[in-house]
Amino acid sequence: MKARAILILALAALVAAAAPALAANKVQAVTSAAGITAWLVEDHSLPVVTVDVSFRGGAALDPADKAGLATFTADLLDEGAGELDSPTFQGKLEDLATSMEFSASEDAVSASLRTITANLAPSLDLLRLALTAPRFDEPAVTRVRGQLLAQLARNQREPHYIASRLWFRNAFGDHPYARPLRGLPESIERIAADDMRQFVRDRFGKDMMVIGVVGDIAPAALRDLLDKTFGPLPAHAAAASVSEVEPNAAGSLLLAKLPIPQSVVTFGEPGIKRTDPDWYAAYVVNYVLGGGGFGSRLTEEVREKRGLAYSVGTGLDPLQHSGLILGSVATQNGRLAQSLDIIRAEWRRLRDEGPTEKELENAKTYLTGSYALSLDSTAQIAATLVAIQRDNLGIDYLERRNGLIDQVTITDAKRVARRLFDPDKLSFVVVGSPENLPGAKEVTPDGS
Amino acid sequence: MRRVLARFLLVALLLPVSAHADDAKQFNAQSFALANGLEVVVVENHRSPIVTQMVWYKVGSADELRGKTGIAHFLEHLMFRGTKETPPGAFSRIVAQNGGRDNAFTTADYTAYFQNVAADRLELVMKLEAERMHDLVITDEVVLPEREVILEERRSRIDNSPAALLNEQLTAAQFLNHPYHNPVIGWEHEMAGLTTEDALAFYRSWYAPNNAVLVIGGDVSVDRVRALAEKYYGPIPARSVPERHRVSEPPKAAATRLVMKSPRAGEPSWTRSYLAPSYHAGEKQYAYALQVLAEALGGGASARLYHALVLEQQVALNVGAFYSPVAVDLATFGFYATPRKGVAIADLEAALEAEVKKVLKDGMTAEEIDRAKRHMQSQAIYARDSLDGPARVIGAALVAGRTLEEVETWPARIGRVTADEVNAAARLVLHDETAVTGVLLPEPTS
Repeated sequence: MKARAILILALAALVAAAAPALAANKVQAVTSAAGITAWLVEDHSLPVVTVDVSFRGGAALDPADKAGLATFTADLLDEGAGELDSPTFQGKLEDLATSMEFSASEDAVSASLRTITANLAPSLDLLRLALTAPRFDEPAVTRVRGQLLAQLARNQREPHYIASRLWFRNAFGDHPYARPLRGLPESIERIAADDMRQFVRDRFGKDMMVIGVVGDIAPAALRDLLDKTFGPLPAHAAAASVSEVEPNAAGSLLLAKLPIPQSVVTFGEPGIKRTDPDWYAAYVVNYVLGGGGFGSRLTEEVREKRGLAYSVGTGLDPLQHSGLILGSVATQNGRLAQSLDIIRAEWRRLRDEGPTEKELENAKTYLTGSYALSLDSTAQIAATLVAIQRDNLGIDYLERRNGLIDQVTITDAKRVARRLFDPDKLSFVVVGSPENLPGAKEVTPDGS
Repeated sequence: MRRVLARFLLVALLLPVSAHADDAKQFNAQSFALANGLEVVVVENHRSPIVTQMVWYKVGSADELRGKTGIAHFLEHLMFRGTKETPPGAFSRIVAQNGGRDNAFTTADYTAYFQNVAADRLELVMKLEAERMHDLVITDEVVLPEREVILEERRSRIDNSPAALLNEQLTAAQFLNHPYHNPVIGWEHEMAGLTTEDALAFYRSWYAPNNAVLVIGGDVSVDRVRALAEKYYGPIPARSVPERHRVSEPPKAAATRLVMKSPRAGEPSWTRSYLAPSYHAGEKQYAYALQVLAEALGGGASARLYHALVLEQQVALNVGAFYSPVAVDLATFGFYATPRKGVAIADLEAALEAEVKKVLKDGMTAEEIDRAKRHMQSQAIYARDSLDGPARVIGAALVAGRTLEEVETWPARIGRVTADEVNAAARLVLHDETAVTGVLLPEPTS
């Protein structure tokens, strides 16, 4: 029963590091004979290795009538490959004490493998099979389809899922970002094994691939394994693109009625891309508003002073082709309107006045000081190495990152607060049975 | 055929791990006690210059007075609302301003607080945590808004979710008399009446150095921790703390079935649980065997139930088993399953019962047991692959009454479990005639 967990939606801005961690965690680029590069952080304190691999291009590339293809495919990659059917493949992973997980986001498809040093080579051989020769046997496809449909059925009655789904639909209209990551029941029904085979052929090209390796392995051994594991992949992924998109932001207020005691809210507006020069200033300013848990204004005003919510927070969500500031809150129906008023007022105050010098300093101290806390396991470091590569931040990013945050001045912060945080664009989706919510436009939970 | 191949790989590749697990301590933790009774454990880990401090109190929701459910968890919130030296809300702000993260959690048996910080800030957080061990200052001004917060937390975690509501009712049905009956967060009508005085009375009764365990993990030496612990926690006087007098559970005489139909449930689901021994209560000699049983029956894609119900009979979308022996009093052992579309709950239940009968009659095979054991032992290595993982495992065990030696040798103890013990444990626990069954059924929305 975790009591104080505050939702911090700092989705992709997970990277943090400063000088001290680097002494132990130096990032090296290791390139194999065949030209495959992985970033490696050696750590021999445990006989454990984590390998993360990610391919640019995710669910946003799913065909419009087959939303959920990337997720469905990812769910099937560990369900049998090469000569190994699903139970055999799973049994091997278990016997090797290896975890292998595939996932899809809007903009990437990724695998994360963790094993003990002695079992790294056979584990990577299973990863090679999964990426190059997945079977998509009928029993496995049928079973996973059933699991996905059950999950969607559950999701579609969950207030958080409904609020988020309606928010994205409202913001992105016809753009692929409007579609739910895991698809819809009807699109999942439409996807066939051949669609997934095509997906694997088209998408897992070496030109789209980034690799992060952390743990008990030396560069020489890694080079050899890189070629064996990833060498057989095609050189190029099929051409594909997603259009840039500006989210619709009309300051709307949508209400989907659901008979629950607490209203659940997703809110947000256009944000900023990861490549924007104002990224670091926006990141710091968001911390002041709602990204910092007990250090943030929203938690102070909504939770601490008034007891209006257990959790309230905001975060930057930098998609590859758009950018968002997203937040969430949940308040009992009778007091929900008050929470929304406070959030709007804080948004306005931030735009008009920006953070104070003291708030800026506190934000910078936290964001730079907590760097190493995000990098305490092989899995977290490997995920970070992959994210840095996907965002083209450079191999010295871990060393530069705190300096970039420290360089944000109060002038930058105030300018960016004015540029980004606009109370008139802030759009809300409320799911629940709130009292007194004037101006709300009612929609059904499925969005019609 | 498949199994033979898998076994070959396993023997060839996993042997070093098993050997390691058998003779080494899992975490290599060191411990000492202060004169005031505070137990201190240090798990050194010099990967990065960071540390975690966790303070675990031997009190949880099962120690609450009747009519005051939720007070243990409410006090946990209020511990952030000020001491003589630190004004309300400042605790977390100070931690954040030093680049740290902090939080806390409450269960039926314990309440724990932690901070993760850079190693050079350890002294600061030890000072702060020691202060609130004896110097809490709270008034209605901070308590009343915080009571609204825990009520919102209850709505978020329980009342907004049919599965969580059913689970709460199932736990209440499982424990007829023991306070594990009550939800940790509390029953809403009792939470709404909790007062500042209730919280302070609970604090004064239970929060004392002699009723706590301090666990420090990360980039720090035992000597340094000893010096800081003496400096900040050492001066806090020991106090007399009540015995944990908990009423015990009568034998369960009837099967119980709770069915919840909800328009907010998305899919049907099924659970069943049985009273079971823990490390510390009941026939505790079976606590290790029951962990192996849970893993072999329902631990993953290679476990017996998944094979039988999901892959072969195709009546379930997923199925698994759960059991944790870390409890001061009795534990529960259980199963959960989701039916495949078109399969009636009754048919799923019958299929699972048939598998249970098979276990009771023929037992699990030695091969299944070996595979489960090796899998569990290899997971012990991954438990060390984070800053706070070891501190959590050790803290939770010690406040329930384990010794550090027992925690350290867990992999070896699992390794010694025999198939006979696993099968005897199954016969001890898996009595469908007194089990608690929960069924969640979606209702069409109107």
